[in-house]
Amino acid sequence: MSIDKNTVKKVARLARIRISDDEVDVLSGELSKILAMIGQLNEVKTDGVEPMTSVIEMQMPEREDKVTDGGIPEKILANAPEQTAGFFVVPKVVE
Amino acid sequence: MKNLTSLTIKEALAGLKKKDFSAVDLTEAHIKATEAARHLNCYILETFDIARKQAAASDARYAKGEARLLDGIPIAMKDLFCTEGVQTTAASNILKGFKPPYESTVSGNMFRDGAVMLGKANLDEFAMGSANITSAYGNVINPWKRKSDDKPLVPGGSSGGSAAAVAARIAMGATGTDTGGSIRQPASFCGISGIKPTYGRCSRFGIVAFASSLDQAGPFARSAEDCALLLQSMAGYDSKDSTSVNCPVPDYASTIAQGVKGLKVGVPKEYRIDGTNPEILKLWERGVEMLKDAGAEIVDVSLPYTKYALQTYYVIAPAECSSNLARYDGVRFGQRVEGDNLIDTYEKTRAAGFGKEVKRRILIGTYVLSAGYYDAYYNKARRVRKLIWQDFIEAYKKCDLLLTPTAPTAAFAIGENMQDPVTMYLNDVFTIPASMAGMPGMSVPVGLSADGLPLGLQLLGKPFDEATIFRAAQAIEKAANFTALPQLAQARAA
Amino acid sequence: MAHALLKGETGDWEIVIGLEIHAQVLTKSKLFSGASADFGGAPNAHVSPVDAGMPGMLPVINKKCVESAVKTGLGLNAQINKYSVFERKNYFYPDLPQGYQISQYAHPIVGNGEIEIDLADGSSKIVGIERLHLEQDAGKSLHDQHPTKSYLDLNRSGNPLMEIVSKPDMNSAEEAAAYVTKIRAILRYLGTCDGNMDEGSMRCDVNVSVRKPGAALGTRCEIKNVNSIRFVAQAIECEAKRQIEVIEGGDKIVQETRLFDTKAGTTRAMRSKEEAHDYRYFPDPDLLPLKLEQDFIDAIKKTLPELPDAKKYRFMKDYGLSVADASTLISEKSRADYFEAAVKGNDAKLTANWVLTELLGALNRAEKDLGDSPVSATQLGGLVALISDNTISGRIAKEVFAEMFATGKNAAAIVEEKGLRQVSDTGAIEKIVDDVLKNNPDKIAEYKSGKDKLFGFFVGQVLKQSGGKANPGMVNELLKSKLDKA
Ligand SMILES: [Mg+2]
Ligand SMILES: [Zn+2]
Repeated sequence: MSIDKNTVKKVARLARIRISDDEVDVLSGELSKILAMIGQLNEVKTDGVEPMTSVIEMQMPEREDKVTDGGIPEKILANAPEQTAGFFVVPKVVE
Repeated sequence: MKNLTSLTIKEALAGLKKKDFSAVDLTEAHIKATEAARHLNCYILETFDIARKQAAASDARYAKGEARLLDGIPIAMKDLFCTEGVQTTAASNILKGFKPPYESTVSGNMFRDGAVMLGKANLDEFAMGSANITSAYGNVINPWKRKSDDKPLVPGGSSGGSAAAVAARIAMGATGTDTGGSIRQPASFCGISGIKPTYGRCSRFGIVAFASSLDQAGPFARSAEDCALLLQSMAGYDSKDSTSVNCPVPDYASTIAQGVKGLKVGVPKEYRIDGTNPEILKLWERGVEMLKDAGAEIVDVSLPYTKYALQTYYVIAPAECSSNLARYDGVRFGQRVEGDNLIDTYEKTRAAGFGKEVKRRILIGTYVLSAGYYDAYYNKARRVRKLIWQDFIEAYKKCDLLLTPTAPTAAFAIGENMQDPVTMYLNDVFTIPASMAGMPGMSVPVGLSADGLPLGLQLLGKPFDEATIFRAAQAIEKAANFTALPQLAQARAA
Repeated sequence: MAHALLKGETGDWEIVIGLEIHAQVLTKSKLFSGASADFGGAPNAHVSPVDAGMPGMLPVINKKCVESAVKTGLGLNAQINKYSVFERKNYFYPDLPQGYQISQYAHPIVGNGEIEIDLADGSSKIVGIERLHLEQDAGKSLHDQHPTKSYLDLNRSGNPLMEIVSKPDMNSAEEAAAYVTKIRAILRYLGTCDGNMDEGSMRCDVNVSVRKPGAALGTRCEIKNVNSIRFVAQAIECEAKRQIEVIEGGDKIVQETRLFDTKAGTTRAMRSKEEAHDYRYFPDPDLLPLKLEQDFIDAIKKTLPELPDAKKYRFMKDYGLSVADASTLISEKSRADYFEAAVKGNDAKLTANWVLTELLGALNRAEKDLGDSPVSATQLGGLVALISDNTISGRIAKEVFAEMFATGKNAAAIVEEKGLRQVSDTGAIEKIVDDVLKNNPDKIAEYKSGKDKLFGFFVGQVLKQSGGKANPGMVNELLKSKLDKA
């Protein structure tokens, strides 16, 4: 299995990472090598094996419905690249 | 009296208690050593002011007889742990200047216990790497040098700054995180001890996530006992992490000296893989002998799916990372590169903010999760992961511990092993299986290579049974009597 | 009921509608963080570092949300899944701080169910529920504050939502509106969502397609975030018309998300959603599967109140109400409760009429909710009792009610005060009847010669002279016998 340049571009777009044409060439080679390695998984028979998400075998903990956080807008905004009047600011979004 | 920077944590705590020296003395000695070792680039941010304040507070507690578990012990904090009000970068450009408004549970636990933070330790960007050469803040240099040449060596990764700092005796201990070997492999490369506890033992709250189902915090130190002490502080249930397990943390120090008599140690044949340095295999045999001599019973075990662990890892870890790193978009924190419109801003921000390795993994992860490939890669890998986990469960029916090499090689020079990403990934071939299964694992320094570099062995234990790992680690430590020092620390000792 | 078909140039068309309702779970805090889930607040005040997607932050689920989802599932007569999984839906958008929405995909907490919807003609219809799952709400982008920037408030980010997905079982705007009405009633009965559509605690995505009757399903369009029941109906009608025109014009429907422009009364494609989506769902590794015990489900089942449909059938059975009256009464729990308090000891049909016509009418004109009604249920019951025991006539009752509504006084007090008690004294009424007959000999002659309609005239005259207080039944009786003898 290899990843062609178009696929690299498509995936980069999905991941919102701008890549130059030069990078596309390099990445296509590198990602194909990685894919070839992980492709070895096809040798493994996994019929009837349940996919594993977590090694933890317990009940998921639940919290009480209480307000224990928030009320710290200045801290939430403290690292913002751009903010005004308590809002984060981003280039205009078209709906 | 010994040089303060060459003490173990246990020795330092005893000295502090006896008032042989103060916490401020201890901290100043480490600050001085750090300043002299800046060329190693162990820290992204030195936090000497904080350290001095914390040390003074420790002294006040010693004066009142209220000293805590780690009071006055200077440590390095991997810059993946969010520290309130103190820049936390994950070694990435995208987080340059980011000051979290919260404290990670693990760093908070250590501060509660009196630990002194010397700085935020360098690492591979977002903990993705095995050589600490992907940091946006420069490579970390291993304090060890090989006999054959003078080339700067890598400390291993991703917790390279932490491991190098402890090995160079500029910190007494350090925090690390281990997703596929990021504590164990650098511990081996730097000739120190490091343990990745059972997944769920330490809270992940406040640790910049790489791969959530694998990430686990753990300590580095220069003895098994010191590691146990640090883990004692770091570990514990945390209601803020849904994958934190509410399982009491035993008093590791009380059992660590019990030795290995009567323990069954498994030697998995599948770890004897092609291309492993014969030196490593010999070291492994020596380790087996040491445990046997100390009274352990050696049993052969088989972990047949181990050989697919690396492949499994390189599906699951990138998949999770591609999603975990989506939040770095230049909107709410971190660096932003302004574009013509929103998507342009996203793409430019992430292109400039992430390094090559991080991008590779995000792209691989995005690919394996995307429509049409999900079952072939992601679900397949999750199924194989189950088989790997089952291997361990089966093996632990026959033994209490497993002994394997930590890494297939000793530390290599910057620039070596870099033909392609896959070659680099092979570094973690021995550490990844336990990561996939969530099992605890520790690297202990055992000997030197012919070229004068440290080599470690890996002890793997049953879930939440770090106590037994520590016992075996101390037994190996005694038998191996690993006293070699990196050149840098030798010079200081002389 | 037969499907409402739309006429096109090429014949009849059938509309097929499915709805996704996002209902905010009524909680104090968010689905995965301890920040307040309240509506409003200063920008970014109800935000924890978890909701802002900050590095290293982790989700921990709110117990109340799990309970509410199960409760709602039971209220929708649906399958409760003992094993469900939270997955990440990955996409980039500024109001989505984590870069993914934690939702449920392959394994939702609630599976198939069904509800009954009540239509205006008194008929009802079963609509299937596909699933209900828990998920996080997104933040809010403000696009109109700056010419080149959008502003972002994350207060809503991470709020707990139940997404209730219907089967494509509806075929008219009316049915869709009835469905939303019924879902809202169920949520309110259960107390799991306040159903407040203008504050956004209930929002609808409407999937619309058209087809020739009997043909395979057409391509659907999804109209996003419709925020009132009236707009749901309007959006469906204009979207169906648009689709028919497109197809009849020889074009194809493109599957897309659209927005309903409430002012123009049209739908338009959303530009931001043009790009093909690949959400890369996968189980959230920060969470564990949600496993429910049967005991837990049973315990919640025990707390369920009587639900709208059960109440409807009980009203029909116990009170002998028509399906239309029962449906209207149960559509709001407060209304049903009001009726049940007012009907105690009274005639049910009469009480229902007074609640549905007089009371709701007056409230509507005064732009008041039932909760703010100046006339309490007991007071209305008192008024109905006075009508039933002939203390006042229906006509006088309206006058009394108006006074009650204006002053909040009891009916009996107003009747006493104003002397509105109905006259049922035979002698007094006889006297008025005699007067009326004496003053209208010509009308009597006409009546006798066959103009039966004049009977009404005599009744009217008698009532008028009595000031409306004469018992109409007795007036009828006396007039009839006296006219026969005259
Ligand atoms: Mg939808
Ligand atoms: Zn939804």
